[in-house]
Amino acid sequence: MTTAHAEHGHEAAHADHGHGDPAEHLAHHFDDKQQQFDSGKLGIWLFLVTEVLFFSGLFCAYTLFRAHRPEVFTAASKFLDTSLGAVNTVVLLFSSLTAAWAVRNAQLGQKRGLIINILLTIACASTFMVVKYFEYTHKIHMGVVPGAGYAPDAEAQRILYGETGLQTSIQDAWSLEPSKPEVRNLHLFFSIYYGMTGLHGIHVVCGIIVWLWILRRAMAGEFGPKFFGPVDFTALYWHVVDIIWIYLFPLLYLIN
Amino acid sequence: MDTHAHAHGHEHNDMAHVASAKLLITIFVALLFFTAITVFLAKNFHFAGLEVWIAMIIATIKAVLVGLYFMHLRYDKPFNTLVFLSAFLFVSIFIGFTLMDTDQYQRDVEWKETKPLNTAPAETPAPTTTPAPAK
Repeated sequence: MTTAHAEHGHEAAHADHGHGDPAEHLAHHFDDKQQQFDSGKLGIWLFLVTEVLFFSGLFCAYTLFRAHRPEVFTAASKFLDTSLGAVNTVVLLFSSLTAAWAVRNAQLGQKRGLIINILLTIACASTFMVVKYFEYTHKIHMGVVPGAGYAPDAEAQRILYGETGLQTSIQDAWSLEPSKPEVRNLHLFFSIYYGMTGLHGIHVVCGIIVWLWILRRAMAGEFGPKFFGPVDFTALYWHVVDIIWIYLFPLLYLIN
Repeated sequence: MDTHAHAHGHEHNDMAHVASAKLLITIFVALLFFTAITVFLAKNFHFAGLEVWIAMIIATIKAVLVGLYFMHLRYDKPFNTLVFLSAFLFVSIFIGFTLMDTDQYQRDVEWKETKPLNTAPAETPAPTTTPAPAK
């Protein structure tokens, strides 16, 4: 609180000679709003670059494992429900539309539309997380977890081996020539799956938190045609979260 | 573009481009369309190992649509596009070089299948375990 107060006082002091106007949201170290907006925008683009590079480690792991163990990916994809993935894709695409629309509302000074669109974006993001929650819990109940904990139960074995599930699976575990060698390293796929969708999910949750903050500021009437940077920058972040899912969906759910 | 210029007349912002309602909805419908296409192709067709490439091309079309219109890159300063694209340049270098590297050493790190303990009584030492004589 003390720093905020100090900054405020600083800005007020500058306001006398034409720099900085707290009511107009112009920080004292910028010449004008255009410069402030453009700087913020370049800043968020640089942040998005780091986000893409951050995710690229997982995409690299995916590419390597799939290049060397394609059969694992084909077998494991039986556990992923394409319909749920498609529903989540549509939900996220719609949230991108409402986010872009929120920016439009802010630019045109439409306070009511801005609030509605932010609420819709948050609602879509939450829906996405609920669907993800059901997908995760179902897999975890089946013992389909990443890494060393991977221990598929009877239901999971049936998905992998068909009706003779458990018996074939036990035989395979001790056989030198298993009937389905591809299902042996399935935990590889699920490490990738939980890693990628998990990191993406964290980004969705962070997005919800930031949108809630933007919502509060929007309700306080902070944004308008002359000051909408925070809405625009949050939307840009949100679109990158959407773009990452655009790639994750076919890579994880559409393997046949 | 005529309709766009028209929209600009009514919906103007001093600092940045305002995307028209029509444009936003058109892009959203296009994104739904490409999503439907990619699901349909994955469910019904096999392209001899090219499926993942086709899916990636469609995903890239969708990502470009989001970038150009939802993220305003088409109307933004070109420098921002350059900054964002540089990320993908480095991602391709990262993944490309890593792939080249693993292909190089794959023979050496290939997993050797071993017999389970309970079915492999070691009566005779396996010939492969003896070190090869130096040449």
